[in-house]
Amino acid sequence: MTTPAGATATAAAPASAPAVPQAGAVGDDAIRTHGLTKRFRTGQVAVDRVDLHVPRGAVYGFLGPNGSGKTTTIRMLLGLVAPTAGEVHLLGSPMPREAGRVLPRVGALVEGPAFQPYLSGRANLARLDAVDASTDPRTARARSDAALDRVGLGAAADKRYRQYSLGMKQRLGLAAALLRPRDLLVLDEPTNGLDPQGTREVRHLVRELADAGTTVLVSSHLLAEIEQVCTHVGIMGGGRLLLQGPRADLTARRAAHVMVRTAPADVDAAVVELRRLGLADVTVEQGVVDGGVTVVASDAADDGRDRPAPQDVAAALVRAGVGLLAFDVRRPSLEQVFVELTGEGFDVAR
Amino acid sequence: MSPGETAAAEPRPVPAGRPDAAPDAPARYPGAAGRLVRSELRLVLRRRRNVVLLVGLAFVPLLLGVVLRLAQDAGLAGQGPPFVASVTGNGLFLVVASLFLCTPFLLPLTIGIASGDAIAGEASAGTLRYLLVVPVARGRLLAVKALGALTFAAAAVLAIAVVGLVAGAVLFGVGDLTLLSGDTVPLGDGVLRVAGVVAYVGLSMTGLVAVGLFFSTLTEVPVGAMAATVVVAVVSSVLDQLPQVAVIHPALLTHHWFDFAEMLRIVPSVDVLAQGLAVQAGWVVVFGTLAWARFTTADVTS
Repeated sequence: MTTPAGATATAAAPASAPAVPQAGAVGDDAIRTHGLTKRFRTGQVAVDRVDLHVPRGAVYGFLGPNGSGKTTTIRMLLGLVAPTAGEVHLLGSPMPREAGRVLPRVGALVEGPAFQPYLSGRANLARLDAVDASTDPRTARARSDAALDRVGLGAAADKRYRQYSLGMKQRLGLAAALLRPRDLLVLDEPTNGLDPQGTREVRHLVRELADAGTTVLVSSHLLAEIEQVCTHVGIMGGGRLLLQGPRADLTARRAAHVMVRTAPADVDAAVVELRRLGLADVTVEQGVVDGGVTVVASDAADDGRDRPAPQDVAAALVRAGVGLLAFDVRRPSLEQVFVELTGEGFDVAR
Repeated sequence: MSPGETAAAEPRPVPAGRPDAAPDAPARYPGAAGRLVRSELRLVLRRRRNVVLLVGLAFVPLLLGVVLRLAQDAGLAGQGPPFVASVTGNGLFLVVASLFLCTPFLLPLTIGIASGDAIAGEASAGTLRYLLVVPVARGRLLAVKALGALTFAAAAVLAIAVVGLVAGAVLFGVGDLTLLSGDTVPLGDGVLRVAGVVAYVGLSMTGLVAVGLFFSTLTEVPVGAMAATVVVAVVSSVLDQLPQVAVIHPALLTHHWFDFAEMLRIVPSVDVLAQGLAVQAGWVVVFGTLAWARFTTADVTS
């Protein structure tokens, strides 16, 4: 992986700052980890000093390429894997010490659905409910029916799990997570195996749950699938949490890409003016297209100065006598940030 | 207001800044443990593979009885291994003879399958992680799984015994029981003694269940745990044949398995029976503890 170390360091520091509440206010976060680390017996460090902050009520998109440590982190959150170092608080209580008290309020889908293949969907839910000492057996049937209906499995409830399609299995996994009201849902790759319609339904479900006040942590290696529903985002890469914070902040803080096309005669003036405005990486592209030359720049803001608004840049160029044939400012999408940080694919943000 | 009054009358202020310290801590419903056990037993006893195993075991006394019945006029009556020779004279012995034939291999095999599958089966299906996040305490889940495996072992022994009793009664009739010494006891006493044999054989399998459960916590491959469990029983029988290691014989898992014959002596030796059960208890304690130590601390990555 070719994660640019410099970019990582500068990105993580300012972005995570506003999301960190004052020390000690553990109860304010639905999920909070400190220095969470997992080193497997093979010596491989799967998760490296991760400080996760998932505020209550957030829909937290937990993103990262396959193998970046998302699932191991989630397993540590839920007490399945013991951390080598660091701590986990779920809904204000330390894990795994208080698992018995906390986990009934947490619904989880971990690394794909898994059920007894020779039992029906309904019987599988009944089994999970029977394991839960804190649910009322008298309401078990009604609750499992409601959960099955909610994920659209009502008609297939009595089919054996073995006969389910991949999408139906995924839905049953979601139904299990919704078997009782939850304060927190941890959904690991919930859209795996779903067709576009199913993916839309999961997004809709997540939004609905979040509107009802449930905190949702949803992981995916496909950012586009969940980007629309997230209020917060954390990006994992190589076991580290590279970036986290409110979704809007993450892209707003990234450098924008400024593109100006002007007549060849005005190129020099445009370059001077763009530099004067404090834009970086001002580059003149070779060649004349449709009678214009393209100048690109970026409003890299690492020096802490206020970045000029797009309309101010355009006005300044015009005042400087630059005739604008075309003008465009593009803030990188979350996907571009993701790709830039994780080194997945080519570096499209530059 | 005096200081003393304050301390006595006023309720202690609730410490601030501790959200949800108490309000929605979930209750334990009464009967939750029973619900969990019933659910597990249903799973074990309704599973098709397990039912097939039980039916297979039940065929042993049936086939044995039919063969002995067909051959009893062929001049071979009264021949064969111990107990088998007595079946044609008294149907009660079909129970004992069937257990005698199943104890060395068939019973350990079926019990190894069920107990080796207990945890490893859930791990390989991926359901273990979902059970644990429900949540259920790991020690509790292990205890319930042990109970399920023990119930299956009991069902296996009972399948042989019940079918043996019915088939023996139908094919040969039952009557007063002739003991190993040649003395005869009345039918009622005889039935009790055969019941004692069945109980002893059942209890003799508990050590193997514990071994299977331990192997089951080590792996995500159920077949591996099953095979390892059966291997332990086989190796134990082999060592039991070697006089060079006579010193360890009394502690071997299988060494006392055939002491059920004690029940058929005029005065069964309590010492012999107690020693056999004590050895099983030792294996249960050792491997039960190992299983617990492993399962309550292992990372669940399946």
